[in-house]
Amino acid sequence: MDKLALEKMAVEVRKGIVSSVHSAKAGHPGGSLSAADIFTYLYFEEMNIDPKNPKKEDRDRFVLSKGHTAPGLYSALANRGYFPVEDLLTLRHTGSYLQGHPDMKHIPGVDMSSGSLGQGLSAACGMALAGKMKDASYRVYALCGDGEIEEGQIWEAAMFAGFRKLDNLCVIIDNNNLQIDGPIDEVCSPYPIDKKFESFNFHVINIDGNDFDEIKKAFDEARATKGMPTAIIAHTVKGKGVSYMENSVGWHGKAPNDEEYEIAMEDLRKAGEALCQK
Amino acid sequence: MSEVKRIATRESYGNALVELGKEHENLVVLDADLAAATKTGVFKKAFPGRHIDCGIAEANMTGVAAGMSTCGFVPFVSTFAMFAAGRSYEQVRNSIGYPHLNVKIGATHAGISVGEDGASHQCNEDIALMRAIPGMVVINPSDDVEARAAVRAAYEYVGPVYLRFGRLAVPVINDRPDYKFEIGKGVTLREGSDCAIIATGLCVSEALAAAETLAENGIQAEVINIHTIKPLDEELVIAAARKTKRVFTVEEHSVIGGLGAAVAEVLGEKCPTKLTRIGVNDVFGESGPAKELLHKYELDAEGIAKRILAEMK
Repeated sequence: MDKLALEKMAVEVRKGIVSSVHSAKAGHPGGSLSAADIFTYLYFEEMNIDPKNPKKEDRDRFVLSKGHTAPGLYSALANRGYFPVEDLLTLRHTGSYLQGHPDMKHIPGVDMSSGSLGQGLSAACGMALAGKMKDASYRVYALCGDGEIEEGQIWEAAMFAGFRKLDNLCVIIDNNNLQIDGPIDEVCSPYPIDKKFESFNFHVINIDGNDFDEIKKAFDEARATKGMPTAIIAHTVKGKGVSYMENSVGWHGKAPNDEEYEIAMEDLRKAGEALCQK
Repeated sequence: MSEVKRIATRESYGNALVELGKEHENLVVLDADLAAATKTGVFKKAFPGRHIDCGIAEANMTGVAAGMSTCGFVPFVSTFAMFAAGRSYEQVRNSIGYPHLNVKIGATHAGISVGEDGASHQCNEDIALMRAIPGMVVINPSDDVEARAAVRAAYEYVGPVYLRFGRLAVPVINDRPDYKFEIGKGVTLREGSDCAIIATGLCVSEALAAAETLAENGIQAEVINIHTIKPLDEELVIAAARKTKRVFTVEEHSVIGGLGAAVAEVLGEKCPTKLTRIGVNDVFGESGPAKELLHKYELDAEGIAKRILAEMK
């Protein structure tokens, strides 16, 4: 997919996020939108996957360690063809398979259940180690939040990955700088994030995580990096793509009402139209 | 009387892993810097490529095992019960239990028989914690024969299993040709009609010895070994309650949430019967040689018999 196609797809993924969270009347739009370009790139360009065969053995694996941004993952999966896009509107509804946080037992394409922060990266390490032991060619991707890395287990996992030289593992930190209680550097700062991962023996790449040129370059570099895992510190904008949600901590875990929903969808329609003019 | 063979079930765990490791290449063992104590060192020696030391980081070890299981490996996560069920409770619950992954948790050094290390390392709450997780099988074998059979059964079962092992060498009581281990099936070791002693883990051999003392005092006790606390053999428990009308449970675990609680739940709902839970009475343990502690906390044969005689007066 070229850059323009990816940008257009990212708008569709964002529409799915806004629609599903609006329909659920609950959920986490801010961090789903900040990472929407990363979800899009992973599922439409980077990963070796087959929506018709979600469990194929040699597939690349993805673990959404920041599981609360499930709407972003689900929207990418639906748009990629794992399940109908219409189903996104059942998010968090009683009886729906689209649980509030990723549920690998019921959602096609979800490689690991997650949601309790800090746990996903360890599972990703296990998948990467399994790949090494089996001499398999698949790669493992884990997306963590910048607030999430305040959890100690993340650093246990980072130590493990660095020590074991898991170069088939790529960790992406969605560095949108906001967590529930405020800016991460005011709550309990994990900065400098890059230097921390470097000291845990990761190859570290800082990028604008809402720019497909930089995203592509980073994932290419990660794939070419041997002998150590890669951490991509993706500097992103929380709520990206919806005017009133951008850089607003209040939209971490709140659903738009009907009026706000219309404004958000209008923002995204305009963004989509602008891309069609290109 | 000939000398009874004694072996700690943690030893049985390590030995069984080596045997299974020869048969199954997808079996891997994870440790958190305690391979010497969990007795998985023998597996590490036999299959160095399939032994993963995760360092002193139990939460990560638990998650790594979960991830490996999604890729076709059958991981046995090894550490002390305190850390396996305690420190990593939420990892076990969310990364293994919720997705119902095929991970086996080999928890050694359970209960007060840890001995000298004292209360910080004596986990008397692990059965309660693990039993509450939906879909988790909880096994607490009574001796070497049963422990080895349990490890094999856990491998063959698809889904999460918590295996509870002890540090103390305990008598071998199941060494007979017709011994069979089946997850969820209790075993009647002694017939009796005056009361039923339902025991688990190292308390099974103590309960058998206590039954001899009771017999000398005119009480015929049925002794039942419940190696699987979840799923509990309800049929056997109810049958014993109906037959004897008086039930005692014995475990090296808190009286809250363990075997006694599981039996109380079943009998309370399906067959109300007078029940006494013998175990650790909602207190922390302490330092001391294991046998002295079992005596002090009245979980040895003498203590069990004394308690039952007093209750049945």
